[in-house]
Amino acid sequence: MSYSVTEPSRRQKWVAGILVIGYALITILPLVWIIATSFKSPSDAIAYPPKTFFTPTVEGYVNVFTTRTRLSPDQLQAVGEPTTWYDKLVRKDGLVISGPSRFAERFTNSVIIGFGSTVLCIVLGTVAAYAFSRFKVPLKDDLLFFILSTRMMPPIAVAIPIFLMFRSLGLSDTHAGMILLYTAVNLSLSVWLLKGFIDEIPVEYEEAALIDGYTRFQAFYKVVLPQAATGIASTAIFCLIFAWNEYAFAVLLTSGNAQTAPPFIPTIIGVSGQDWPAVAAGATLFLVPVMVFTILLRKHLLRGITFGAVRK
Amino acid sequence: MLKSTVDRVAEATPHVIARRMHGLSDRALAWLFVAPSIVLLLAVNIFPLIWTIRLSFTNFRVNRPNAEVDFVGLRNYASILSDRDIWLTMQATAHFLIWTIVLQVLIGFSLAYLINKKFRGNDLWTTIIVLPMMLSPAVVGNFWTFLYQPQIGLFNYAVGFLTGADPSSFSMIGDVKLAPWAIIIVDTWMWTPFVMLICLAGLRSIPPSIYEAAECDRASKWRQFWTITIPLVLPFLMLAVLFRGIENFKMFDLVVQLTGGGPGSITELTSINLKREAFEKWRTGYASAYAVILFVTVFGLASIYVKALNKVKQR
Repeated sequence: MSYSVTEPSRRQKWVAGILVIGYALITILPLVWIIATSFKSPSDAIAYPPKTFFTPTVEGYVNVFTTRTRLSPDQLQAVGEPTTWYDKLVRKDGLVISGPSRFAERFTNSVIIGFGSTVLCIVLGTVAAYAFSRFKVPLKDDLLFFILSTRMMPPIAVAIPIFLMFRSLGLSDTHAGMILLYTAVNLSLSVWLLKGFIDEIPVEYEEAALIDGYTRFQAFYKVVLPQAATGIASTAIFCLIFAWNEYAFAVLLTSGNAQTAPPFIPTIIGVSGQDWPAVAAGATLFLVPVMVFTILLRKHLLRGITFGAVRK
Repeated sequence: MLKSTVDRVAEATPHVIARRMHGLSDRALAWLFVAPSIVLLLAVNIFPLIWTIRLSFTNFRVNRPNAEVDFVGLRNYASILSDRDIWLTMQATAHFLIWTIVLQVLIGFSLAYLINKKFRGNDLWTTIIVLPMMLSPAVVGNFWTFLYQPQIGLFNYAVGFLTGADPSSFSMIGDVKLAPWAIIIVDTWMWTPFVMLICLAGLRSIPPSIYEAAECDRASKWRQFWTITIPLVLPFLMLAVLFRGIENFKMFDLVVQLTGGGPGSITELTSINLKREAFEKWRTGYASAYAVILFVTVFGLASIYVKALNKVKQR
């Protein structure tokens, strides 16, 4: 290895490494704690001092998917022996499962609205980004700034008229309404990111295709789209994560039918008071997919969160 | 001048046929591609904005659809700007904004500086540090109320372990003095990685040759840091502050789940206060004026800041 004045010394690297790893371990602790709590029994979860070692149980996961009622010993006898493993699990505490909870439904809503808005956002965003990247669009800079500026508005501030508008159009508390709303929210991100990705594809490819007799649309469809595939995929994941995490509009505009998981998870309560393992189980199921996507996206992360302003 | 065959053929072809041959013209395609996005944004963003502005001059209330709606002029604006409680929420927002930005810039930059020493495995640890940033603020905020529980909470236990204080003697979200810090701690935990990533990109964009030249001129490491590293990272840092500033000015989900604005209204940031006016007290006209004031503030501050940012970039 050649000597360089800018290469940090071994000691510097050691010190930097220890400090960064120390910070990383502290910062990851709350997330580890969520996952750990989801496998605790309710009494282990609220033990003092906080328990690091415990016997894992899936009670939290059973509780998040079901509603339970407490029965007296006589009534329990009348119900008979528990038949399934999850029945047995709750029977220990003198409870019987009285039905499914709404968690699965809320989670499904999150999936439908998240994927629906992502698809729409990518379709609209890709074509708009292509036009902004390749054509002379009048007032291009103003339009692009306008698209970005929609992101600066506090959601609560536009929520009042959207609430009124949705009510008169019959869109409040529907999947279609939420998909449309989240598409509009994420469109600025999608257009800006995709424009950056398409700008990076050399124009010569399309020109060659045009000379070969492709129409403009064919050139876009058959030449540019495949080239932009990675960019489109990472933009899609960003849109999905933001729609997945959104809370303000969801809590104001949905209630019974189209409510997503973020407003629902904090309302999970057990038979006696807040059931932290169940909340943690719901949170774990909700957060782990995002953690996986974050790890997959790590190379494009910076670009995504700065709307393409910083490219590595 | 000699024309190529292609040009001659093109000239001879009637216009309609030419268009069919090449599909839609570029101009038509451009409009076709841009229009849907613009229409959607106009419908879901600009139309509501105009509606908000219109409502802000009235005494309309959503929960009384049959009541007569009067035009009240600027009365809503006047009563908001002279309301002491609203100035208190503005102060709470400013306190939150300033401290989160200061802490995130200090910690984020330090982390980026250390990661840039390129120790082994720095990629892996960077990814781990980044994780909290992408998670749902509402869900995470809700779980932090568990970590902040006076006796059983992990946070209180850790503080007790380190300082020797009794973990049940203080409540981060129940105490008027501590609650503003409770939300600052969680926001800093979540968003420091954002500032860190941007700073890291800035640090990595500095060509090593500049440091080599400084080394030849016998500039001290300290001097190199202040005259090379800081000025070159500054535009990146300012961009990070812009993003964090706008986001935290809008802050809603995390704080609603953490403290709900309490205790009392000590952590009631403007978005939470606005939500209360609009969707709990149903003072729609009043809340609309409030929303307009917030827009103007965030746009005004952001555009002044962008001007400053551009000046730094040009230097």
